[in-house]
Amino acid sequence: MRIIIVGDGKVTYHLIKKFIAKGYEVSAINDQDEYCDYLAGKTNALIIKGDGTNPYYLNQAGANKADIILALTDNDPDNLYICQIAKSYFQIPKTFSVVNNPDNEDVFKQLGVETIFNTTKLISLLIEQRVEVSNVSNLISIEEGRLNISQVVLQPDSPIIGKTLKEIDLPLDIVFGCIIRKEKILIPKGDTELLEGDKALIITLPEKQAEAFEVLLGE
Amino acid sequence: MYVVIIGCGKTGSAIADLLSKNGENVVVIDKKSISFEKLSPDFTGFTINGDATELSILLESKIDKADMVIVTTEIDSVNSMVSQIAKYIYEVPKVIVKINEPDKAIIYRNTDIMTLSPTDLFIDKLRYRLAKEGSGTLNEESLS
Repeated sequence: MRIIIVGDGKVTYHLIKKFIAKGYEVSAINDQDEYCDYLAGKTNALIIKGDGTNPYYLNQAGANKADIILALTDNDPDNLYICQIAKSYFQIPKTFSVVNNPDNEDVFKQLGVETIFNTTKLISLLIEQRVEVSNVSNLISIEEGRLNISQVVLQPDSPIIGKTLKEIDLPLDIVFGCIIRKEKILIPKGDTELLEGDKALIITLPEKQAEAFEVLLGE
Repeated sequence: MYVVIIGCGKTGSAIADLLSKNGENVVVIDKKSISFEKLSPDFTGFTINGDATELSILLESKIDKADMVIVTTEIDSVNSMVSQIAKYIYEVPKVIVKINEPDKAIIYRNTDIMTLSPTDLFIDKLRYRLAKEGSGTLNEESLS
């Protein structure tokens, strides 16, 4: 597997290390001398110093035979350009891009770049959820944030304490995954009774999460 | 004709002045408000200070109603993104983009976006002039 990464910062560095550990052939393009020296000293990737939106440097990084390209710069027009040129000119089968301005997700999709990490949106969503309700934590977001697994600690004032799963009016789009009671993991059945201090793991769509919390926490 | 011009640098401001003088309705967008000082005092169009890669700024310029969009910033990736938004999201009939680095023009292959490269124009003009003077130093082969 040959991967090209255009980007900087810690994310780029750690991804390069991870991919190399998996045995992939990695090349990275960056236009800063210092960062290139850093990567060259710390990783076994092929480091190309230059403008990652220039086809000349993409070619040097092996774009003609790459399987995947990741555009991870903090500049959305650059990321869009990199993915489009990778696809149309170099015929790289898989392109991935970060979008920094959350509104650009739709623009990228309409202009043919399908796999997008809307980092600002994902991070702000995570922070927002934690800050809003402290006894709720978002454990994991999958499929670019289209599905959430979260944990809710049942407080004494929760309206579902003492009830069985059957008795709770849980909206259809919410899956009650499991209950962690002290150290024990319980796979809930219809007659499982919910107790104070239980940690409930729920699987929801992001837009249904608020509704799920309402059922589990009241208010 | 309603024309939106992106970038008020040397090229953008001169085009804005020209079109405004010809009686067209012109809006110019630039990230830096100081750029608008390049416009002539006779310029009768509008200016918008903002980043043209943001849809809200483009909508403020009523790009969806434009007959023509001319993209002239110094950054090719910005030009590429804005011209594609104009052409494929807002379906502007005529989109013209300035190429700064000729190598990067390949992004516009198989698109309906018209490209103009100052570098290529310079070379063409030079070739034409030298040919007219009968100089043999620069011929078709050595420049292509």
